[in-house]
Amino acid sequence: MNRFWTYLFPLMLGIAALALWEFLVRHYEVPVFVLPGPVAVAGALFDNFGSLLGSLWVTLAVTWIAFAIALAGGLALAVLFAESRALEAALFPYAVVLQVTPVVAIAPLILIWVGYEHVERAAVVIALIVAFFPILSNATLGLRSVDPGLADLFRLYGASRWQTLVRLRLPGALPYILAGMKISGGLALIGAVVAEFVAGSGTATGLAWRITESGNRLEIAKMFAALALLSGVGIANFYLLAFFEWLLLHRWHESALKRQG
Amino acid sequence: MSTLLSLSGVSKTFERGLEAIARIDLDVASGEFLSLVGPSGCGKSTALRIAAGLVQPTGGTVSWPQGRPQLGFVFQEPTLMPWADVLANVRLPLELQNAGASEARERALRAIARAGLKGFEAAYPRELSGGMKMRASIARAIAAEPKLLLMDEPFAALDELSRQALNDTLLAIAREDAMTVIFVTHSVYESSYLSSRVAVMTPRPGRIAADIRLHPPPLRDQSYRLTQEFADAAGRVSAALRSAMEGRA
Repeated sequence: MNRFWTYLFPLMLGIAALALWEFLVRHYEVPVFVLPGPVAVAGALFDNFGSLLGSLWVTLAVTWIAFAIALAGGLALAVLFAESRALEAALFPYAVVLQVTPVVAIAPLILIWVGYEHVERAAVVIALIVAFFPILSNATLGLRSVDPGLADLFRLYGASRWQTLVRLRLPGALPYILAGMKISGGLALIGAVVAEFVAGSGTATGLAWRITESGNRLEIAKMFAALALLSGVGIANFYLLAFFEWLLLHRWHESALKRQG
Repeated sequence: MSTLLSLSGVSKTFERGLEAIARIDLDVASGEFLSLVGPSGCGKSTALRIAAGLVQPTGGTVSWPQGRPQLGFVFQEPTLMPWADVLANVRLPLELQNAGASEARERALRAIARAGLKGFEAAYPRELSGGMKMRASIARAIAAEPKLLLMDEPFAALDELSRQALNDTLLAIAREDAMTVIFVTHSVYESSYLSSRVAVMTPRPGRIAADIRLHPPPLRDQSYRLTQEFADAAGRVSAALRSAMEGRA
C-alpha cells in the first residue's frame, strides 16, 4: 500500500460514516436533542465558533502550562533520581501513590484548596498530577539505560558527572523522554477536562465546561461541536509531539527508521 | 626499552566468587605490540580493563614507571554514540579533556583520515558497516594521541577481509606514532601477524603461561601471511596455547 492509499482509505471511511450518520438521523427523524446529524453539528460549530474558540483557548492554555511544568519538573526529578539511588528510593513510592490515586477522586479536594475563584489554577494542578508521572518514570528509565561500554569510555577519559549527564545520559534517554511526553501530552488534556467537569460551575469557561453546559441545556449539536474541537486538539497535540519526536530521532534511532533492504 | 606498564601479582575475584585472573606478572615496554591470547573466559579482557583502570584488582599492583600515559581504548563492540555522527564521536575524548573546539575538530578529522574513514565524517553509526564502525572506534581511540592503546578483541565480530584490512591499518598507525599496543584476541593468527610479543594465558583463573617474542618485519603486508616466518610464529603461539590449555586438563 503506498502513501496515497494510507491517507485515502481512512478519509473515505470517515466520509462514508458521516454520510450514513446523516442519512440515518434524517431517515428515522431522530430528534436533534437526542442525536443531531453531522450537518447540524457543523452548523452549531459555525454559529458558536467565536465563543467555542475562546473556550478552546482556555482548555489549551491549561493543558500546555500543565504539560510544560510536568516536563520540566519530571525531567529535573528524573535527573536527581538517576544521580542518587537513595533519593529515588525515598521519593518514588510517593510518586506512585500520586499516580495510582484516581485524579477524579482528588480533584474536588484540589478545587477546595486552590479555590473556586481560581478554577484554571486548580485545573493546571490536576492536569499536572496526571501528566507528571509518565515523564518522570520514562525519563528515569532512560537515564538509567546507559550503554555500559559508553559509560566505560566516559570514565576512561575522566568525564565529570555533568559531562556524563549532558553528553551521554540525556541524549541516550531522549527516546524514552519523548515517549513519556507523548503519553503526558494526552493525559494533560484529560486532566484539564476532568478539572472543568469537577468544577462544574464557578469561573470555568473551558471546552469541557461548555460540553456540560450544552448538555444541561439540551443543545446537543453544540455539545458535539465542542467535543469535536476537543478531539481535534487532542489529535493535534499528539501529532505535534510525534513530529517533534521524529525531528529529534529520525537520524539515528531505530524507532524512526524505515527498514532498509 | 623502558617499562611503560607493570602488573605485579595482579588478581581479580568478582563479587560472586568468580576468580577471573589468578596472579599476573607482566611488564610492558614502550613501543611493544603485545597480544594477550587465551581461551574465552580466561580473564584477558579483565586484565586489560584493570590496566585501563576500569576495574580495580583485588590483589597486586598496577604501576606506571614513567607516569600514567594518555590511554586509548577500543572495545569489542564499536561502542559509538548512535545519536552523533562520526566526527562528533571521534571528537568526544578531546572534548571530554577540554580541548579547544577548532583543535578538537582538526585532530578528529586527522584521526578519521588515518583510520581510513575520510569522507564519512558526517555519517551516523547506523549508516556504517561493521568494519567502518570499528574504524570510527579506532579513530576515536587515537584522536587523543595515546601513548598506549588497549584493544579488547576489537575485530572478533568482523569478516576475514575487513579484519585483515583493519590489522594493516592498525599496524601502520601504531608504527607511525611509535605507540605501545596491548591487544586482546583469541586468534592465534591475528596475534602472530600483529605482535612483537605474545602472552599466552591459561583458562580461568587466568595466568600467563607463556611469553613469546616474535620478530616480524616492521613493514609487513598481507604477503607476510604466506611466509615461513609467519607460519613458524603462528606455530609457536599455537603450541603454547595448546599446552596452556592442557596444563589445566
